[in-house]
Amino acid sequence: MTPSSASTGRGRAQRGPGSAGRVAGRIPWVLVLPALLGMAFLVLPLAGLLIRAPWPTLLERLSEPQVLEALRLSLVTATLATLVCLLLGVPLAWLLARAAFPGRRLVRALITVPLVLPPVVGGVALLLVLGRRGLIGQWLDATFGVTLPFTTAGVVIAEAFVAMPFLVISVEGALRAADLRFEEAAATLGASRWIIFRRVTLPLVAPGIMAGAVLCWARALGEFGATITFAGNFPGQTQTMPLAVYLALETEPEAAIVLSLVLLAVSVIILASLRDRWTKSP
Amino acid sequence: MFRRLSRWAVTVPLALTLAVGLSGCGSGDSAAPAAAASPGGGDTTLTVFAAASLTGTFTELGKAFEATHPGTSVKFNFGSSATLAQQIVQGAPADVFAAASPATMKTVADASLASGPVTFVRNKLQIAVPADNPAKVDGLRDLADPKVKVALCAEQVPCGAAAVKALDAAGLKVTPVTLEQDVKATLTKVELGEVDAALVYKTDVLAAAGKVKGIDFPEADKAINDYPIAALSGAPAPEPAKQFVDLVLSPQGRDVLTKAGFEAP
Repeated sequence: MTPSSASTGRGRAQRGPGSAGRVAGRIPWVLVLPALLGMAFLVLPLAGLLIRAPWPTLLERLSEPQVLEALRLSLVTATLATLVCLLLGVPLAWLLARAAFPGRRLVRALITVPLVLPPVVGGVALLLVLGRRGLIGQWLDATFGVTLPFTTAGVVIAEAFVAMPFLVISVEGALRAADLRFEEAAATLGASRWIIFRRVTLPLVAPGIMAGAVLCWARALGEFGATITFAGNFPGQTQTMPLAVYLALETEPEAAIVLSLVLLAVSVIILASLRDRWTKSP
Repeated sequence: MFRRLSRWAVTVPLALTLAVGLSGCGSGDSAAPAAAASPGGGDTTLTVFAAASLTGTFTELGKAFEATHPGTSVKFNFGSSATLAQQIVQGAPADVFAAASPATMKTVADASLASGPVTFVRNKLQIAVPADNPAKVDGLRDLADPKVKVALCAEQVPCGAAAVKALDAAGLKVTPVTLEQDVKATLTKVELGEVDAALVYKTDVLAAAGKVKGIDFPEADKAINDYPIAALSGAPAPEPAKQFVDLVLSPQGRDVLTKAGFEAP
């Protein structure tokens, strides 16, 4: 958070100098208890992982080749999925925010469906379209000999499918909040539409894009249902961390805890380090 | 006044939805069947944790049990045996555990929660292929062909352990395209035609009759899975638990199970 926005925001809430500040700063106790309960509800399970973690053997378990492989695959696929989402999602968000076309509401609803769809359903849907016997998959297989399920590309597709709405929503929000006068000014100075988009619009909504990309990446990293359904589970090829956690739970709960801790640590570090940037909206 | 009213109009349904939603989650959650138990009036609920491969047969036996034991309702938690075993060890209130492998039963017995498990059926593996068998698979050897896409269960779950045993017995090296988390997921990949073959239980092939074709292979005899059942110590309903185990072991139980493709131990 920038110093200015932080001080104005907090100053009013907690230590405002005037009487108006004091009134606004009074804590309504009715809110505090549920808020604390809410916090405990979200944080306690994570604390449980920390408490139950087999600390003495942690390093040893972490250095197992299967774990490292799953972690590497998770990081690579989540990053690739985020790139795919950026390439396709930013233009899509621009279209939704700036272009008026019939059925825009419906389109917006449709592209946000993966947010609420059970991921397994997403995986089945992907199989039916991109699977070996799917609508498009059949053609891909027959023409190019390409099959997506059970490949690392399949993992990226499953993750991108589930994560893209996060990016689109946050970029669209940023675009709507951006001041159009800058773009108009650029247009009057003779800039082409593409130049305006690249030199004015993109920098203007960069924090929003960053926010979306981080959310998107984090969601892709945690993706389980669509991945296991569409891409399957094979070590080194399609077995990402969440899948490894699930299977470890079958026989070795301690290993599952270790894997979960790694995922947790990676997510928290990324989300915490980038928070400042993406809360600052234009 | 009016504003208040409208505020309540929003809050009350919201709260109700939340309450219903939460309780729905609770009873649906496998770890908390006790919440749904004893709806009152002396009715008892028998909670049976059973391997996913027993879904069809045990549901049928549960109905038969309810018919002969009025006032008792049977609730099932079907899933991967290993997951179920973990849930029981972690304190899930179960009365009966029917596992797809002695190893998963041992997990529960080692925590001294299961007394005297009995093997009640055995299950054999079969090769499942899509109905049109696109890769023309007709034996275990074909699965070693790198052009044939094979799905196996992960080694952590019983059907995967059995598959490894069978392939070892045949001296074959098979590289699957995926290691699925349970036998149903493995079969689904065959049903959808995404793989050319999979090693699953004979019972699952029978249950999916028409959609997949089953092929027997001799090495399956080397990888027979024993299914143990036990009434659990500390069961909330110990009497019905014993009676249910008896029903499964009875000729009537055997009949239902063999019809589904299980073999007598």
